[in-house]
Amino acid sequence: MAEEMRIVLRNYGKIDPLNIDEYIAAGGYKALEKAKGMNKIDLIEEVKKSNLRGRGGAGFNCGQKWFFAYQTNADQKYVVCNADEGEPGTYKDRLIMQGDPQSVLEGMAVCGYAIGANKGFIYCRGEYPYVVDILNQAIDQAKAKGVLGDFDIEVRMGAGAYVCGEETALIESIEGHRGEPRFKPPFPGVEGLWGKPTIINNVETFANIPVIVDKGGDWYAAIGAPSYPGTKVLTLTGDVNNKTFFEVPTSTTIREVVYGLGGGVAGGKKFKAVQIGGTSGGFIPESLLDTAISFDAMSAIGATLGSGAVFVMDESRDMVDVVSKITKFFEHESCGKCAPCREGTARMNELVGKIKGGKGSAADIALLKKLGGVMSIACLCGLGQAAPAPVLTTIGHFAADYEDKLV
Amino acid sequence: MSYKEIIAKYAEVPGGIIEAFHAVEKELSFLPEEAIAEAARVFKVPAAEAFGVASFYSMFSTKARGKNVIRLCESAPCHVAGAAEVVAAIEKELGIRMGESTNDGLFALEFTECVGQCQATPVITINSKPYLDVTPAIIPNILAEYK
Repeated sequence: MAEEMRIVLRNYGKIDPLNIDEYIAAGGYKALEKAKGMNKIDLIEEVKKSNLRGRGGAGFNCGQKWFFAYQTNADQKYVVCNADEGEPGTYKDRLIMQGDPQSVLEGMAVCGYAIGANKGFIYCRGEYPYVVDILNQAIDQAKAKGVLGDFDIEVRMGAGAYVCGEETALIESIEGHRGEPRFKPPFPGVEGLWGKPTIINNVETFANIPVIVDKGGDWYAAIGAPSYPGTKVLTLTGDVNNKTFFEVPTSTTIREVVYGLGGGVAGGKKFKAVQIGGTSGGFIPESLLDTAISFDAMSAIGATLGSGAVFVMDESRDMVDVVSKITKFFEHESCGKCAPCREGTARMNELVGKIKGGKGSAADIALLKKLGGVMSIACLCGLGQAAPAPVLTTIGHFAADYEDKLV
Repeated sequence: MSYKEIIAKYAEVPGGIIEAFHAVEKELSFLPEEAIAEAARVFKVPAAEAFGVASFYSMFSTKARGKNVIRLCESAPCHVAGAAEVVAAIEKELGIRMGESTNDGLFALEFTECVGQCQATPVITINSKPYLDVTPAIIPNILAEYK
């Protein structure tokens, strides 16, 4: 039976998030003090040793990323917190920022010290103005207490663009531009915000940092799956009994999440599918439920852990109907910069709509597969590369739902 | 406050054009063409670029719309929770279709993607304030708050 383990949500519901004294009383800002007493390279080594990998979805080694920015010489460097949580079914970053905003500020300040940056930005999605208020209050309190030292943090608000969760699109948006991704390289660690070395980590990644500094990289590396250690905050939606959030070790299986913590499928119905990682995640059938949620275990079955959204669907759900909402989403959210994504998401939505409307043929399914394959390779950023996954995995695992509708 | 005064407050903020647009929308509910041109002047970018920013982000509207912006989530978790019935109920209650505003200028009706309140679907927001577990039956009560 799976059990919760709260690292990121260690203070959630236990302290008043708008009272910094309660965070400090719970041990807050001790990690920053400890970090500042360490040699920068030793600090980065400790984070590397924890094997903490980015919690925004890409899963890059956090300490390694910090090292790139550390070793780049520049008169100014930046730390950016990606709080542009936009994956449908995901609200874990909101929980962290609403429940324990100081933990994010502390994680950012540790990063600032490690890479030599005195300025941080939190890019919070425009749909969360009430979270922006909390963050600003938390920053004011931290400044008044002097806990951040010479590290300054400013909150910037997005304005409703899913693609801005992509790190270079996010940078463009902070700079006041359309949120269109940049070509990489150069990577942000070398040339990021206003051309300066920039570390961009997810809210959940930063919230892990103080605990890692406090308890050590070895302690963290021993939790959950060895290749993607630690915990993950999951948010459960759809046809599941417990539509709520959990933080679990990354070795927990999907079955334990859906049937254990999630309480199983709602209304006594049978399980049909679960989509994990947000709207760009693959659909997973019953036969693969014993897979661990860790990054690599999920990759191995053609799925993703992504943001940690867990969207459960019961036997009554038509996969083509659900997927048609998803293809519409990607057509709308494609920024239009690269042709494979701009055209691909539109054609994909058109083809799925055709099949849903009872006008599709087997040739359309073959075309969807081919188009999806091209997009996953040719699109400029993660949005277009991941967009075909829901279509391809439902064609793979739930072919009958498509075939029933063909002419 | 006029849009000129609002935009001027952000003139010294690097990349502040998006913050300025948010502030203008808070006051006027949309971005008039003159305000976009003013922002281009203040932030020293071509008018085309300022318009490009205004039209890129879904929370910004370059067309006049109702004062209270109602957004209905149409992402998959809200979809399977019955968002379509909520859409029908609001359209009926206000007598307008999605994408339109009421004649009295009180309400604008828009689709949105996920607003991050998926623990209680379906979700709508009015001026960004979330309403959870929305059913057709409670729509009149919610809207009454804004009349």
